[in-house]
Amino acid sequence: MSEQKNKIHPHKFTLWVAIGSILMMFAGLTSAYIVKRSQANWLMIEIPTIFWYSTAAILISSLTVQLALSALKKREMAVYRMWMLTTTLLGVLFLIMQIVGFASFGGHDIRLVGAGSNASYSFLLAISGLHGLHVLGGVVTFIVMAIRALRSTTRTYSTVPLEIASTYWHFVDALWIYLFIFFNWMK
Amino acid sequence: MSSETILHGHATEAAVHGHEAHGEHEHHHEDSFLTKYIFSTDHKMIAKQFLITGMIWAIIGGLFSVLFRLQLGYPDMSFPFLEDLFGKWAAGGRISNEFYYALVTMHGTILVFFVLTAGLSGTFANLLIPLQIGARDMASGFLNMLSYWFFFLASIVMFASLFIQTGPASGGWTIYPPLSALGQANEGSKLGMDFWLISMALFIVSSLLGGLNYISTILNLRTKGMSMTKMPLTIWAIFFTAVLGVLSFPVLLSGAVLLLFDRNLGTSFYLSEIVVKGEILPNEGGSAILFQHLFWFLGHPEVYIILLPAMGMVSEIMSVNSRKPIFGYLAMIASLFAICILAFLVWAHHMFVTGLNPFLGAFFVLLTLLIAVPSAIKVFNWLTTLWRGNIRFTPAMLFAIGFVSLFISGGLTGIFLGNSTLDIHLHDTYFVVAHFHIVMGVASFFGMFAGVYHWFPKMYGRYLNNTMSFIHFWVTLVGAYLIFWPMHYQGLAGMPRRYTDFSNWESFKNFAEMNRFISTVAMIVFAIQLLFVFNFFYSIFKGRKVTSQNPWGANTLEWTTPINPGHGNWPGELPEVHRWPYDYGKDGREFIPQTEPLGEGEAEH
Repeated sequence: MSEQKNKIHPHKFTLWVAIGSILMMFAGLTSAYIVKRSQANWLMIEIPTIFWYSTAAILISSLTVQLALSALKKREMAVYRMWMLTTTLLGVLFLIMQIVGFASFGGHDIRLVGAGSNASYSFLLAISGLHGLHVLGGVVTFIVMAIRALRSTTRTYSTVPLEIASTYWHFVDALWIYLFIFFNWMK
Repeated sequence: MSSETILHGHATEAAVHGHEAHGEHEHHHEDSFLTKYIFSTDHKMIAKQFLITGMIWAIIGGLFSVLFRLQLGYPDMSFPFLEDLFGKWAAGGRISNEFYYALVTMHGTILVFFVLTAGLSGTFANLLIPLQIGARDMASGFLNMLSYWFFFLASIVMFASLFIQTGPASGGWTIYPPLSALGQANEGSKLGMDFWLISMALFIVSSLLGGLNYISTILNLRTKGMSMTKMPLTIWAIFFTAVLGVLSFPVLLSGAVLLLFDRNLGTSFYLSEIVVKGEILPNEGGSAILFQHLFWFLGHPEVYIILLPAMGMVSEIMSVNSRKPIFGYLAMIASLFAICILAFLVWAHHMFVTGLNPFLGAFFVLLTLLIAVPSAIKVFNWLTTLWRGNIRFTPAMLFAIGFVSLFISGGLTGIFLGNSTLDIHLHDTYFVVAHFHIVMGVASFFGMFAGVYHWFPKMYGRYLNNTMSFIHFWVTLVGAYLIFWPMHYQGLAGMPRRYTDFSNWESFKNFAEMNRFISTVAMIVFAIQLLFVFNFFYSIFKGRKVTSQNPWGANTLEWTTPINPGHGNWPGELPEVHRWPYDYGKDGREFIPQTEPLGEGEAEH
């Protein structure tokens, strides 16, 4: 049986299963949100404007990681490093803008946590926060990969690690798009 | 260690290969103690780590049940030694109410998660997947190692919580808010609850890392010829278990994260208009029922996460020791699949009395009762596998048969509890305790024991002592029924769970003698489990040595490896599979291993 050759790399496959698992977590959270929203004492949430910019940043970063991957495939290492750096910076930028967005609620006298907080905004914080942790995981991965690319003495051109990392990155991007639409739609 | 010399003896001609990737030859490198026994990436060693950690937890969890049974059986007596051991928790030699709740909570948590999830799946998925599908190791040995070490960390945190001044979590293993969310409500809801949540978060990470690995190994690393329908049922069962875990544990994690928010950040996901000890809390607008939905969306699949591996191992062991093919191989897979789907659709049957819409409840009743269909198919197939078999009553086989007995007894009471109307009376009574202990707890333990007795020779190259094994089996089987059978009567009479003392309760004080009886048997059964633990460790070093590669005359691939396989499992090439694993008693031959090509004109099965 030669099916072995056509098979997906086991680590890539593992990532897809993990994506399914992460999706279940956010499915659980967003369904809890829907249940809670239909009950009494729900505040219409206002999405900070800066979230539109962070959405743009993470969307662009999906493009740049793809450019990094194609550069690596062509073995244009300088271009690869440049796009990797851009992607990492965009990831960091996304996180910073998310934090700024949540900090802005303080100015509008909206409490996310603590006494007087409403579950609607707490949900926004908890769900976006967990998403942010997943983005942070991606950023750390990119940093580790970038350091390896700069420092390693043996040249390996295996694209598998970056393929896996980029798939994950596209996933956290798509997940944010889903959450963003969800929050705007289900205020 | 003598087993080492055998292991290394195989590789003398292979000389030193250094750190080679999984090659054609047995790759042999000198492992230090640290890489071989502690930070090992060999699936067999990780399996042993899970098993032994699970055994330590089982002793602790079992001991807790003995302690609270002591209270339930002898509520009017005082045991000064308890005060010596536990101080203020058992002042005057009596178990305090707080201590009692801590004990039952920890007993549940430890046995459900640490023993029957990590100890059972972790052990046998790691041991059997590569060995039975013909792989050198898991898809990612490193993730596999991380899976164990996250479990270890979770264990440390949970164990540490036992020594906190305010005690461990004590709101029940289901940690329902608001009790679990408010530190002022209960001693155990103070620091102990945070430890519980952190430990469980680590545990979930461990479980997910393990599950991902199991799934991708089964789907990607099967040896030549091992199509999905040639896999042993153990592997099928472990596969479905892993799928259940990967899809349901994240939902528990999200529930736990929100609970952590409520506890530490003052949010109101689950909390609403509460007054504790005269103090009005600021929380408003939360829903405690929301937590129950999130919890039981994991909680119910969790039952099958515990049960399915036991079912798989029982199927395999039963076929081997009946010297007959498993009856209805495809029906066994289909029923596992059906259970897996239904597992996600029945969670609200734990919540019939929460004010759930009765109309909605009707659907959950229907779906719950539907589980009887695949369960009955499995029982039928086990019985027909035994039917007119050439049965060898090895300890593993006895435990497998015991599993079927318990699964039937415990399953039947599930039909009572699955009815939302009957549940109004039976909810939170000892009937429920009896039901889930028999069908999930003891039955899965029997599956686990069957697995340990059957694969111990593969793990350690030695046999367990048979006499001790038989004593262990009979006392445990009889004891399990003597403990849990009477609880059905108590439950039908309405006796509720989670009370420390019934002696002042007019309706239930007539059960005092029955409680004392149950407690006495529980202590005997616990003592016999220690005999098993002794047998286990004694036999690792002093057991009778295995002299043949295939001591049980089984067909599956693990018995084609050397008696003490090294890292990589097979010296030389991986075996090739030509037939399904259940060719027993075919064409006048007792068994035909999977590696043997089909004969001229031989039908597949």
